[in-house]
Amino acid sequence: MIEFRNVTKVYTAGNRALEGVSLHIDDGEFVFLVGPSGSGKSTIIKLLTAELEPTSGSIQVNGYRLETIKKRQIPYMRRTVGVIFQDFRLIENKTVFENVAYGMRIVGASAKEIQARVPYVLDLVGLENRGRRLPHELSGGEQQRVAIARALVNNPAMIVADEPTGNLDPQRSYEIMMLLESINALGTTVMVVTHEQELVNRFTKRVIAISEGKVINDGMDGYYINEES
Amino acid sequence: MGYLFKEGIRNMFTHGFMSFAAVCVTVACLVIIGGFSLIIYNVSLFVSDMEQQNRVLVFVDENYDSAEARSVGSQINLVENVREAVYMSREEAVERFVEQQGGGEAYDGIDPSTLRDRFIVTLEDNARMAETVEQLRKIEGVAHIADRPEIADGIITVQQVLNIVSIGIIVVLLVVSLFMISNTIKLAMYDRRDEIAIMKMIGATNRFIRFPYFVEGFLIGLISGAVAFFIEWGLYDLLATRITQTQRLQLLTIVPFEEIFMPMVVTFGAAGLFVGMFGSVMSIRKFLDV
Ligand SMILES: Nc1ncnc2c1ncn2[C@@H]1O[C@H](COP(=O)(O)OP(=O)(O)OP(=O)(O)O)[C@@H](O)[C@H]1O
Ligand SMILES: [Mg+2]
Repeated sequence: MIEFRNVTKVYTAGNRALEGVSLHIDDGEFVFLVGPSGSGKSTIIKLLTAELEPTSGSIQVNGYRLETIKKRQIPYMRRTVGVIFQDFRLIENKTVFENVAYGMRIVGASAKEIQARVPYVLDLVGLENRGRRLPHELSGGEQQRVAIARALVNNPAMIVADEPTGNLDPQRSYEIMMLLESINALGTTVMVVTHEQELVNRFTKRVIAISEGKVINDGMDGYYINEES
Repeated sequence: MGYLFKEGIRNMFTHGFMSFAAVCVTVACLVIIGGFSLIIYNVSLFVSDMEQQNRVLVFVDENYDSAEARSVGSQINLVENVREAVYMSREEAVERFVEQQGGGEAYDGIDPSTLRDRFIVTLEDNARMAETVEQLRKIEGVAHIADRPEIADGIITVQQVLNIVSIGIIVVLLVVSLFMISNTIKLAMYDRRDEIAIMKMIGATNRFIRFPYFVEGFLIGLISGAVAFFIEWGLYDLLATRITQTQRLQLLTIVPFEEIFMPMVVTFGAAGLFVGMFGSVMSIRKFLDV
């Protein structure tokens, strides 16, 4: 569950990245977050992973209140949110298996649990034969699948993806979206940031559109373009 | 836990060059600091040796019999700054002399009566030797005093200067080496900043992230300490034999390394570990704030 209430974020440089944003995403939903470059999409992701603090307003993520969260608790909050980025962010000198297993190591999972769970998750993202490879030995689409597997491995309540298909061709992008949709079908909340209009319109999903730091539309009617811009 | 240990060991190899650099810097600093400490240790031993040789000999009037001579001893003990006065009869003095010269017939003819009874007087404070000698001279029955105050003064100055200089050098080197080590490790951390950011992103606690680096620092420190120890040992033995060989008079005696083996093992081990772990912990802090 994500709840933003009247959130404003002003960067130290004085940039008003978000102004009075309120939004609510329920457990189990699939949501696209769209908007032009610089509209504040990544800022929303960073706020809900506690990488940034809001200037004002309140944010609640999976039961954690982020305005008041203790530094010590942030890692535990982050374990409830699997994050995926455009640039994959894999550890280059670890194998695919180890990259995925890493998410379990940090929660102190046993070797036995890891041996059981990692192959299952790799299978889920269609990489059952790639466990021994290093990230640079995979295609972009495959690397993003590894990142998705890592995000999934601890069975988080929610997956948040910031431009997950920004580095992929349309076919690979579509496959990644399909994968995220099937993950959502298994019960995980999914929020995908993108500005690829065509891709969004191939799915019938809730779309939240922001522009210049404000929510300008929220509904099931496809990618929303602000007529004035 | 086992995983984190393995991870620390692995890190050391995957970032082999940085680890190697860290080990080299640490070894160099430890060897230099160790070298200085060893020089200082030897000199201070030498100095205290000299000090002992620099005892004052108080000769008793040859007309005193041995009972009378002993009573002079109690007077000497009354003098301030006298630590102890050991009586030696003229017969003993002859024996000691012959012994020191390695015995032999050449000395058979020495007649004890040509010598005086004497007291070997050790002082509390060598700096006040001249003043004390004056007081000793006033005691009735004291015929002559053999002192070498110019040597005493020299020794004290040498030792004081040495202490100040050596403490200064060791402190400076320690600061320099900690600085260099923490910078080396900081570079290694910088190399891994993306990795650390990823760990933070997927919810790793700071303790979890820090542990492998701690293990790594521990290992680097341990290896550095061991390498530095053996280098130091080799250099020391080499120098010790050179010094002993070149000087005919054997004025300088070098403590054999074997005698200080254990303290050196402990010191190098502790210094290596301290520097390695402290260096890691110090440098990783700033990368954890993501
Ligand atoms: N660290 C920062 N310091 C100052 N200003 C920032 C910082 N990060 C982002 N901004 C500003 O905040 C605004 C929103 O940025 P944000 O990254 O959220 O946009 P975005 O919607 O993700 O854009 P894109 O689609 O290009 O990724 C922009 O005007 C940007 O210049
Ligand atoms: Mg962005």
